[in-house]
Amino acid sequence: MSPVRELCEVLERRRVGAYQALTLVAPRIAEHARPGQFIHVLAGEDRSFPLRRPFSIHRVERWGGSGGPPGWSPGGSGGSGGPPGWSPGGSGAGLGAVEIVFDVVGAGTLALSRLRPHDVVDVLGPLGRPFTPPEAPTGCLLVGGGYGTAPLFFLATELRTRRCRVDFVVGAASAGRLLDAMEAKRLGHSLTVTTDDGSAGRRGLVTDQLPDLLARTRAGQVYACGPMPMLAAVSRVAAAAGVPCQVAVEEQMACGTGICFSCVLPLGPEEPTRMARSCLEGPVFDGTAIAWAELGHPELEKAVR
Amino acid sequence: MTAEGFGAPQKGAPKQPDLSVELCGVRLRTPVLAASGCFGFGRDMAGWVDLAALGGVVTKSVSLEPRRGRPTPRMAETPAGMLNAIGLQNPGVEAFCAGDLRFLADAGATVVASLVGRSPEEFGRLAARLDGEPGLALVEVNLSCPNVEHRGEVFATDPAAAAEVVAAVRQATGTPVLAKLTADVTDLVAVARAVVDAGADGLTLINTLLGMAVDTRTRRPRLAAVTGGLSGPAIRPVAVRCVWQVAQALPGVPIVGTGGVVSGENAAEFLLVGATAVAVGTGSFINPRAVVEVADGLERYLAAHGVGSPAELPALFKAER
Repeated sequence: MSPVRELCEVLERRRVGAYQALTLVAPRIAEHARPGQFIHVLAGEDRSFPLRRPFSIHRVERWGGSGGPPGWSPGGSGGSGGPPGWSPGGSGAGLGAVEIVFDVVGAGTLALSRLRPHDVVDVLGPLGRPFTPPEAPTGCLLVGGGYGTAPLFFLATELRTRRCRVDFVVGAASAGRLLDAMEAKRLGHSLTVTTDDGSAGRRGLVTDQLPDLLARTRAGQVYACGPMPMLAAVSRVAAAAGVPCQVAVEEQMACGTGICFSCVLPLGPEEPTRMARSCLEGPVFDGTAIAWAELGHPELEKAVR
Repeated sequence: MTAEGFGAPQKGAPKQPDLSVELCGVRLRTPVLAASGCFGFGRDMAGWVDLAALGGVVTKSVSLEPRRGRPTPRMAETPAGMLNAIGLQNPGVEAFCAGDLRFLADAGATVVASLVGRSPEEFGRLAARLDGEPGLALVEVNLSCPNVEHRGEVFATDPAAAAEVVAAVRQATGTPVLAKLTADVTDLVAVARAVVDAGADGLTLINTLLGMAVDTRTRRPRLAAVTGGLSGPAIRPVAVRCVWQVAQALPGVPIVGTGGVVSGENAAEFLLVGATAVAVGTGSFINPRAVVEVADGLERYLAAHGVGSPAELPALFKAER
């Protein structure tokens, strides 16, 4: 389904640890959103002509229409009949909301952090290619770094309706930078926490725990979202273990619709690599498809949280 | 609360303007085009707008061989605009003709193919390759992209070099030719006159302005390419000035005004100072329906002022304060 533009009423803005969560009434986006997709949010003064900001979808709430009880992402039985992919949401006639999580890092997120209930923001979505679900129920290891953990909650909810075992490993610089670890604990069969400074969980990086976790959970699929160096390291460890790995990248982006060519990243393995737009071909990629070494991040390959 | 109807024209004005205009002998449905580099190759926008209803689609610039473009970061937000250094990423003219151009033609779009090359000879070969392609209405010669390897490839900084490129294109094609110029020159009128004398049917004014921004926290340039092209409402007054100057000096030469057009009033501003049409650039990054909504806004503006056609606007401009 094509993405849409919705003028969305702010339902709620709240603090989640060090981060902000923003819930937006967005029935048409909520109806079609899939884990790993993002919304592109415009907030700020008109005269300053701000660009939109992309955020992965943290949660989806759909209710009404089908008569089912309200709740996060009711989903479906998954699989029977329809094409492969995530289960469709509600009936389409109902209400719906999407939630994003962000860190206040600049003018755009500062404007978002000042929104109040009933304010209206202009949103495009759902955009991008979602995570691909496993073809049959299997163990899934979800790896998140900082607020990059956000889309993994939506993913975990959907995976559980598909009878997949879900194990979480989340990392951050310090305890305060972990995103809602208790929610990860509720959604997953297990939760492993790492922090750079040892203020929560084990001191070190998520990738330190990966080989052991992959062996112990016998996961058939890895999903990861977080900083690029983390995604590079997770992809490498998963590939070495022979486990498929999908990563959701966060690239700087202007349009979100494929026309500005800002959000590109190099895809291999063919040489020369091809510059793919992460808004259309991503943000979810196969970890082995990205030519990580070409990305030129100063810290890349120095695996971080 | 949803997108449909957002910005829809308010009917019921006394006189329904006819938005169509003629540009270099080509009839356009509206005087509002999608600007080069800000609409991809059109195909990815088919879900957002009816491509056939637009004034035209100026494609992202196409070169003889595929170009990979610059490394990231390619974009930086700046006050009332942005810098970009995409570096002319495109699939090359053969893939363009087989894929995007065919798609646009089938969709009924009025297609303006933007051409970019490293020499007059390359431009000529490109124009010859595209000559006679179904659906191609005009070509735009990109003489002024700031994101190139050498400043010498910004042909529009020198009247003689710009004229040489346009002459090569003119010889190679029967399609009407627009020359896209930069405001980063001392004497824009001299460049405009040179390319018109060399055979350009019209002008597109202006390309992005060469700019730069620094991240003071990391003490690095915000773009991987260090410098980039500034676009958006920040450059609109410069663009309006350029259209005004050139229209004064070269009356009768059709001009497509571009630079920060995000509303019908912005479009009217360019038309009043002498443009035949406008192109919406960065505005499409914020609003994927901007090209449509600017045309709707222009229609409302014309109706409110009792003007029947966009072509009447230049004569209605009152130059004296």
